[in-house]
Amino acid sequence: MTASDARRAVEAVWRIESARLIAGLARMVRDVGLAEELAQDALVSALEQWPQTGIPRSPGAWLMTAAKNRAVDQIRRQQNYQRKLAEIGRDEAQRTAPDAGAHVGDIDDDLLRLVFTACHPVLSVEAQVALTLKMLGGLTTEEIARAFLVSESTVAQRIVRAKKTLAKANVPFEVPAEDERDARLASVLGVIYLIFNEGYSATAGDDWLRPELCADALRLARVLAGLMPKEPEVHGLVALLEIQASRSRARVGPQGEPVLLMDQNRGRWDQLLIRRGLAALEKAGGGPYSLQARIAACHAVARTPEETDWLRIAGLYEALALVAPSPIVELNHAVAIGFAFGPEVALGLVDELVDEPALKDYHLLPSVRGDLLFKLGRLAEARVEFERAAAMTRNERERSLLLDRASACS
Amino acid sequence: MRFMVIVKATAETEAGVMPSEEMISAMTAFNEELVKAGVMLAGEGLHPSSKGARVYFEGDKRTVVDGPFAETKELIAGFWLLELKSLEEAVEWVKRVPNPTGEQSQIEIRQVFSPEDFDISDELRQREAALADEIKAQHGTR
Repeated sequence: MTASDARRAVEAVWRIESARLIAGLARMVRDVGLAEELAQDALVSALEQWPQTGIPRSPGAWLMTAAKNRAVDQIRRQQNYQRKLAEIGRDEAQRTAPDAGAHVGDIDDDLLRLVFTACHPVLSVEAQVALTLKMLGGLTTEEIARAFLVSESTVAQRIVRAKKTLAKANVPFEVPAEDERDARLASVLGVIYLIFNEGYSATAGDDWLRPELCADALRLARVLAGLMPKEPEVHGLVALLEIQASRSRARVGPQGEPVLLMDQNRGRWDQLLIRRGLAALEKAGGGPYSLQARIAACHAVARTPEETDWLRIAGLYEALALVAPSPIVELNHAVAIGFAFGPEVALGLVDELVDEPALKDYHLLPSVRGDLLFKLGRLAEARVEFERAAAMTRNERERSLLLDRASACS
Repeated sequence: MRFMVIVKATAETEAGVMPSEEMISAMTAFNEELVKAGVMLAGEGLHPSSKGARVYFEGDKRTVVDGPFAETKELIAGFWLLELKSLEEAVEWVKRVPNPTGEQSQIEIRQVFSPEDFDISDELRQREAALADEIKAQHGTR
């Protein structure tokens, strides 16, 4: 085996094993930062030894043993050696074999603790994202840096600081108690959704890695659903991400231009992901992600744009506005109402949003208004709105589209 | 990237021998691992080729031939569809596929084509940027 073969193989093992390894170690040493360092040390040993010895039959167990040995070494140097060692000894007795597959129940709990710790509100959102991708997603600092278009040292610093913050705040390695759990779960879901969107709507730069970021987020969401099968909102997030991801292929035209939902070639939608999304939706609930997933599902099951159930979508936006009120949701609601009940009704709703400060720079507001006025035959007013929207958008392709629409009004 | 993990047929699978309970339980445990890792998109076992058919093409001509087919080792007994980062990761997963009976068999790993495999224009950046707005339009809670 050459060194680079070994490296790729070790990386592959790492991606499969790291989260469980870190989670298991964190339970032993009660410190996520230390656990991650121990796991990294074990990885370094693997990189040194596996090229000579070959990949062991049970690489996860090998890494766990190596990391535990390092843990014992570390703890031995610390003053609280005896106490910690006793703790490890007790854990050791509980889990005789460190083989990942052998104690699925324990490992799941450990992983869940790791999820909640990485997304702890004591950390900034950037830190939560970086820690989640590093410790749960198995991404390297370099990969995270590339995905978010920041320097590697920035990511490294974020992670170091995050681990220090967790230690300083004495954040326990645990799944929060019932009363705190909903709020904490919301931030876990938020982090995963943010990661997905960063991949789905990249804004600049060397973009080839972005689809992989979507895949990472989707994987994390699926892992979370496996860990918390009774949480409807987790399934709602999975459903939303599966269905959004199902459209990836159809979102870009032959010249690289964006293709909006209603214009997409639905034959290019990934039916496997849609089926998975709809299956997840059956376990979803009525929270914001579940509702957005239900809206996405309305589009996913319509074979043609004309078959879209706008009445249902309008109802779902109404429900969404109740659980997660926002002017953008209101605007989307108005669009759905426009399709369901005609432009006149929708225009009334949109007009109420015109003075909304949050939508001051949001070009889709005049764009939507222009579209409704156009449908009502009020062409001169529509033209003004399209021109206003064109001046507001930062995207060239969208600007030319809006200017085309404006000139179509004369 | 996606990988199709193809389980090749054996004399037993072609004979329609149903897997033992030991085999099923080992496979279920493995599938659970795949699902928990969030990497399994799909996976199914196939009936023997005696219950299948082939359609041969030549010009406009179509010839249907019913199974079974002779070349057992070239046939497929089941598959997984996995979403992974690399071929190495696929290999690592496949090495963990249980083989409780110790029978000789083989599993093939093939990468599934994705849009990224085809020529991607320089306009990637722009097109990605424009998509941001679509999301905002569809999902207001960004």
